[in-house]
Amino acid sequence: MTYAPGQTVGPFFHLGLPYAGDNELVPPGRPDAVRLHGRVLDGQGNGVPDAVIEIWQADPSGAVPRVGGSIKRDGWTFTGWGRAQTDPDGHYWFSTLEPPSFFAVTVFARGLLDRLFTRAYLPAEQLDAFLGGLPPERRDTLITTREQRGLRFDIRLQGEGETVFLTFPGQAT
Amino acid sequence: METQADISREIAELRGRGGPQPQLDYPPYRSSVLRHPTKDLVLADPEGVELWAPCFSSRDVAADEADLTIQRAGEPLGERMVVTGRVLDGQGNPVRHQLVEIWQANASGRYWHQRDQHPAPLDPNFVGAGRCLTDENGTYRFQTIKPGPYPWRNHLNAWRPAHIHFSLFGTDFTQRLVTQMYFPNDPLFDLDPIYQSITDPKAREALLASYDHELTTPEYSLGYRWDIVLTGTHRTPLEDQQ
Ligand SMILES: [Fe+2]
Repeated sequence: MTYAPGQTVGPFFHLGLPYAGDNELVPPGRPDAVRLHGRVLDGQGNGVPDAVIEIWQADPSGAVPRVGGSIKRDGWTFTGWGRAQTDPDGHYWFSTLEPPSFFAVTVFARGLLDRLFTRAYLPAEQLDAFLGGLPPERRDTLITTREQRGLRFDIRLQGEGETVFLTFPGQAT
Repeated sequence: METQADISREIAELRGRGGPQPQLDYPPYRSSVLRHPTKDLVLADPEGVELWAPCFSSRDVAADEADLTIQRAGEPLGERMVVTGRVLDGQGNPVRHQLVEIWQANASGRYWHQRDQHPAPLDPNFVGAGRCLTDENGTYRFQTIKPGPYPWRNHLNAWRPAHIHFSLFGTDFTQRLVTQMYFPNDPLFDLDPIYQSITDPKAREALLASYDHELTTPEYSLGYRWDIVLTGTHRTPLEDQQ
């Protein structure tokens, strides 16, 4: 079978993808809410103002949410999935809860011909097997920086400090 | 600014160079130059949450969101059509009850979007965005109008073939796909660096809808069929039972 190839999300995705509350997996005011945020940067270090970032994550206990409600959020149910668009500086943010290990991240942008997968790991003493297998300078691109009220994760599409992007077994490239 | 002849020359040089996916480093699409990774993708075994896809439910998507012709007070201009097909995983299994999102230009090739400066008319009766959930058989269905081709500024006199943007989820995270559906025999195919970034002709065909007279409604609407095959799933049957 021929897999459907990807195509760029283009410049007009704001028409179809964003919706109210897309980046608020939990209401930002909640005491245990954290902000996961950062900038998407191009090969010259400029912010990418037309990118979409999606996250998919376990809840704080490590359970994978199996419930709907990510589009019409009720303010109580943790669905584990969210979507954010970058602002004119290339900055995105989510209000969410901390998973035990990593956020699965998908990146789309005008100029990016197919989506990219990556992981945003929580800082931890022990490296897991995947991180341990990467050279240190590349590994650091996948580890979030802890801040007072959250976690910082910049995504560099190209060049110095280029983020590690992933492919999975069976995926054509 | 380069002409279509310059871009077409670059496209010709890169033809057949890549695999079934678009080449991320594809200079004829000028916006890709600073936005493609230069290092190889790193192979990872999907873990934990990556073995699952997010769930969406009828709570998230109202049935009338699949009809793009009833969102405003009046009837949109253009060629009314149905677009339908099945979402399948790499094993041919239907992707059931999963979210499909689309957005598109109107019949004149103009998007309902601030950044679209194409001096073609907006249609007050057509916004151009819709959502639905696939059914038990993995079938999605939209009622809409056929979008027009539109100019863009990749090079002098650049035009995109008519297309509908599709956003799809599978049964696991790694199947996430955003792509574009095209219409058969578009004369702009050979000229378009976005479509030609998929340098394998067979893979490009996987983005073509086919006209299907069975999908038409007499004196009302034409119809196109487009089936979408996502990459395989990584979960074992045992994990599915959890
Ligand atoms: Fe488009």
